[in-house]
Amino acid sequence: MQRRNFIKKTALSSITALLGAEIVFGEVMPLGYNPLGLQDPDPFQLFSKDKEMVVLNDKPWNMEARAHLLNEKVTTNPYMFIRNNGIIPENIDVANWTVTFEGESVNAPKTYTLAELKTKFQQYTYQLTLECGGNGRSEFDPPAKGNQWTIGAVSCAKWTGVRLKDVLADVGIKNNAVYVGYHAADTHLSGDPNKEPISRGVPMAKAYQDETLLAFQMNGEDIPLAHGYPLRLVAGGWPASASGKWIKGISVRNKVHDGTKMTGTAYRVPCEAVAPGEKVKDEDMCIIESMPVKSLITSPKSGAMIDLGKTLTIQGHAWAGELAVAKMEYSIDFGATWNPCGVEAPANRLAWQHFTTAVSFPKKGYYEIWVRATDTQGVSQPMLLPGWNPKGYLNNACHRIAVKVK
Amino acid sequence: MDQQEAFRNSVKAIYKGFVVMFLFIGIVSIVIAYALMDPEGDLFGTGVSEAYTSVPKVDDDLVVNGVHVQTGLLDGEGLMTVVNNCTNCHSAKLVIQNRMNKERWAATIDWMQRTQNLGDLGANEEIIINYLVTNYPPQKAGRRRNRTAIDWYELEK
Repeated sequence: MQRRNFIKKTALSSITALLGAEIVFGEVMPLGYNPLGLQDPDPFQLFSKDKEMVVLNDKPWNMEARAHLLNEKVTTNPYMFIRNNGIIPENIDVANWTVTFEGESVNAPKTYTLAELKTKFQQYTYQLTLECGGNGRSEFDPPAKGNQWTIGAVSCAKWTGVRLKDVLADVGIKNNAVYVGYHAADTHLSGDPNKEPISRGVPMAKAYQDETLLAFQMNGEDIPLAHGYPLRLVAGGWPASASGKWIKGISVRNKVHDGTKMTGTAYRVPCEAVAPGEKVKDEDMCIIESMPVKSLITSPKSGAMIDLGKTLTIQGHAWAGELAVAKMEYSIDFGATWNPCGVEAPANRLAWQHFTTAVSFPKKGYYEIWVRATDTQGVSQPMLLPGWNPKGYLNNACHRIAVKVK
Repeated sequence: MDQQEAFRNSVKAIYKGFVVMFLFIGIVSIVIAYALMDPEGDLFGTGVSEAYTSVPKVDDDLVVNGVHVQTGLLDGEGLMTVVNNCTNCHSAKLVIQNRMNKERWAATIDWMQRTQNLGDLGANEEIIINYLVTNYPPQKAGRRRNRTAIDWYELEK
């Protein structure tokens, strides 16, 4: 019924817009009729998300997947988490969409239309892991402020676009360039047009990587609106906040970009480890770059019951930020013993890797299957929570599922 | 009445005619559009349409089973002060997800005032902080929690 109202209102507002008779229509509407339809829609419908996705926040929109929803090798839209900082832009005019390069370290500001970007530069497609810096925040003690992500703020879709480095070369960059920062079309929650909800970026070394794209397609189609339509900066392996949505501008800076959520404690962790709950001064917080090694069991869903003697096939993905996953293991005895588990090579650099193995159980009872990935530098996931930090970032503790053998 | 006056009057009459005509066309179009969109087809019916009754206008302060229906916030002293001051810019879901002690809830409000255009809350600030720390205090989680609320199911063979 709400959905019907939503459609009705949308259709009616289009008609009133055509007639230019908004006030007259307002009089026709019954008293006490609250046209909240557009503010309170069904988010699953609105963003084409699976009903099992979990809404953490509706202003701004934040939604995460559950482990078993992420079993696809290439994440599709219904299962892709949404992390928004502001209000999604409305009335996007693709035909006149432009992106402007400016800042201290461009030779001269330069503006491209979307069409120019698409035709002037070679296009590339990469499968790129995007994980929210705060994925896993809900487990920290003392609790950290913000959206309480569990495990589902990660995705690995195929992104198509042009290399940022190709566009930067065309713009002409001074050799004092340090950082690129993005500017986007979303609006601040307070409605203040002078505030940017988020304006982060990456150092030049990351900007110049082959896989860092100005993307206009996700999985071969226009990027869904909630994920940055019509243009998104995609910097795989880094906190997904570096991959700005609805891109309107890129500032090439001669210093570390100081846009919204680049400074203070946002997307930063203590430069030197602190005890849980300890206060940390802003100047002692360092910007997160590569995400840490991590893995997820995506099949079966936690809670599976099987008969003794049957083997259980587990599947999942593992990723390691800028690095690759070198080794994958699982344990059915809370880490007392670990068994090797095959892991595939990534589709390309910065894509997650798939693992699968058959698990057997010695006797009946309650089990947890824990998985642990190790990156190419020999660093593994911890079984316990990693170092506490004030904002609750970088929880890469081992994932586990519950299994009962009867 | 000179000729100029007569001309002015006829212009006025034509103008009025046009206004009435456009209003008529406008209203008729809207009524037709509305009737077309009206799924129940009871535009001219007597009762209130199902569409309106089915979207119950929840009382702003309705509480059921200890939960504020409109926002999901827990009922408690200061609830409506929190609803009125905290849910204009962001969702109540952001509050509900979080657990903080008094000092950190206060610091969060301070942060919103410094950076997010939140104004001075006056005497309400204490009411809000007391509500938050009473209803959303930190919970001990340790270094790793048990898996709880497991949804057991038979794995297909």
